Amino acid sequence: MSGPLLSLRGVSTYYGSVAALRGVDLDVGEGEIVTLIGANGAGKSTLMMTVFGAPRARSGTIAFAGQDITGLPTHRIARLGLAQSPEGRRVFPRMSVLENLQMGAALHDGRHLAQDLEKVCTLFPRLKERLGQRAGTMSGGEQQMLAIGRALMSRPRLLMLDEPSLGLAPLVVKQIFAAIAALNREEGMTIFLVEQNAYHALKLAHRGSVLVNGRITLSGPARALLDDPSIKAAYLEGGHAPVETVPGEA
Amino acid sequence: MDVFVQQLINGLTLGSIYGLIAIGYTMVFGIIGMVNFAHGDVFMVSTFIALILFLLLTAWLGISSVALAFLLVLVATMALTALWGFAVERIAYRPLRGSFRLAPLISAIGVSIFLSNFVQVAQGARNKPTPPMLEGGFTLFASDGYAVTLSYKQILIMAVTSVLLLGFWYLVQKTPFGRAQRACEQDRKMAALLGIDVDRTISLTFVLGAVLAAVAGLLYLLYYGVVSFSDGFVPGVKAFTAAVLGGIGSLPGAVIGGLIIGLIETFWSAYFSIEYKDVAAFSILAIVLIFMPSGLLGRAEVEKV
Repeated sequence: MSGPLLSLRGVSTYYGSVAALRGVDLDVGEGEIVTLIGANGAGKSTLMMTVFGAPRARSGTIAFAGQDITGLPTHRIARLGLAQSPEGRRVFPRMSVLENLQMGAALHDGRHLAQDLEKVCTLFPRLKERLGQRAGTMSGGEQQMLAIGRALMSRPRLLMLDEPSLGLAPLVVKQIFAAIAALNREEGMTIFLVEQNAYHALKLAHRGSVLVNGRITLSGPARALLDDPSIKAAYLEGGHAPVETVPGEA
Repeated sequence: MDVFVQQLINGLTLGSIYGLIAIGYTMVFGIIGMVNFAHGDVFMVSTFIALILFLLLTAWLGISSVALAFLLVLVATMALTALWGFAVERIAYRPLRGSFRLAPLISAIGVSIFLSNFVQVAQGARNKPTPPMLEGGFTLFASDGYAVTLSYKQILIMAVTSVLLLGFWYLVQKTPFGRAQRACEQDRKMAALLGIDVDRTISLTFVLGAVLAAVAGLLYLLYYGVVSFSDGFVPGVKAFTAAVLGGIGSLPGAVIGGLIIGLIETFWSAYFSIEYKDVAAFSILAIVLIFMPSGLLGRAEVEKV
C-alpha cells in the first residue's frame, strides 16, 4: 500500500442548500505535514469535520489508509487512527486536565497510558503542572495545548489540527508550532494542519493548499507557495511575515 | 421528641426511594438535556414486575426463604426493567434525536401515558396487595405509650440507597464508562471525535436509570405492600422535583433532594395536615428555585470559553 494516508476526491459538503465545500481533492501522505490555508469562512473547519463524517460529504469519497470512510459514523472513523484537535478546542470544561487526556486515550485499554501521558507532558510542560485543574478554567493557550495533547493520547496515525494558533499570544503560537514540528521530525507523525496564519503554517509544512470559498485554488510544495505572488498578496500581507498582533491570552 | 425521631426515620426512608428514582431523571437530563417523563412509569412497571415475580416464586415455586426470594426478585426485576428502559429509549427517543427540542419531551409524555394504561389494562385498575414480607424491627425507645421503631424494611431501604449512591458515584467519577458519559454530557460531538459511541452511551444511561428505578420499585413494594397502575405518576413527579431541587445533573443532588422532599412530606403530615403534604413539598421547591435557580448542588455556568 503506497497510496496517501488520507485522500479526498471530489468532496462536496452542504449546510442545507448552501455549499461549504465544492469538489475538494486533497492528499496527505504518510510522514508529511500538509497545511490547508484560507480565509475565515473558506470551509477549512468544514473540511476537517467532513473527514470525520460530521457533517457528511454529500458527494465524493474520503479514504483513510486505502479504506473508504465516507459513510462511516464519526466514532468509527476516530477508531481507525485519526485524531483531531478541532476548531474552538472543545476541551471538556468540567473535567480535569488529566481526565481530558484520559478521554483522548478512551480507545486504548490503558496499557501505555502512563507512557503517553509522560510524552504529552514533556511536549507541553504547562499541562503537567495543571493535571488536576478543571480544563474550563485554563487560559486559551493552555486549552489549545490540552486539545492537541488529547488528540495525541490516542496514538493517531494522522493528527489533524484546526487553527491551533487562533487567538493566542505570539509566544504561545511559537511553542505550539515548535511542538508540531518536533512531533513530525522525531516521530514521523503525519499532520494535517488547517491555519489562517499562513506564514507560520507554510514555514512548517511540506506541502500546502489554498482553500477559497470551498474550492482548492492552489496546491504545491510549501516553499513554492510561500514565494507565490498571489499568496503573498492575499495571505502574507505584502510579502512580509504577518505582524503578530493577534489579540489573545497568554 | 419521640414523634420527631419517628418521622425523621420515616422521612429518610421515603426520601431514599425518591432519591433512587431521582438519579434516573438527573442522569438522563445530564446526558441529553431531556426530562424523561416516562421514568416514573418505568418505576411503576418495575413494581409490577417485582410483584409478579414474588408471587411466582413464593406461591408457585414454593421458595420459602424470604431473603433468597428477595434476591432473585431483585436481580430479575433489575434485568427486566432495564429492558424496558432500553426499549423506551430505542423506540420513543432515539428516532427523535436531532429533531426539535420539544419532540422527545412530548414523546416521553406519550410513553408515560402508554405505560400506565398498559398496566391498567393488563393488570387491572385495582390496588394490588402483596403478602407481608420482612416484618419486624427494633424499638429504639418507648415512652408514654409511644414507641419509636426502626423496621428492618427501613434499614434495608436506607442501606441499599447508600450503597447504590456510592456505587454510582464511583461509576460516574472513576470509571472509563463514567468518563465517557460525562464527556457526552459536556460535548457530544467531541466525544464522538474521540471514538466514543454516543448512542450506546446514551442507551446505557437509560438502562442504568431503569435499573435504579427497579430497585426503588422493589423497595416501594416492600415498604407499602400495595401497588397500583397510577403509582408511577406521583412518586415520579416527586422524584423529578427532588432532582430539580438538588440540582438537575448532580447525582448527590438527586439523593439530597429526595431526602429533603421525603422529610418535608412526612413532617408536614405529622405536624400539620396530611392533605397538604404535597403542597408543602412543592412550595419548598418553588422557594429554593427562586433563590437558587440551579438547585442546591447544581452548577452555575461560569466556564471560560
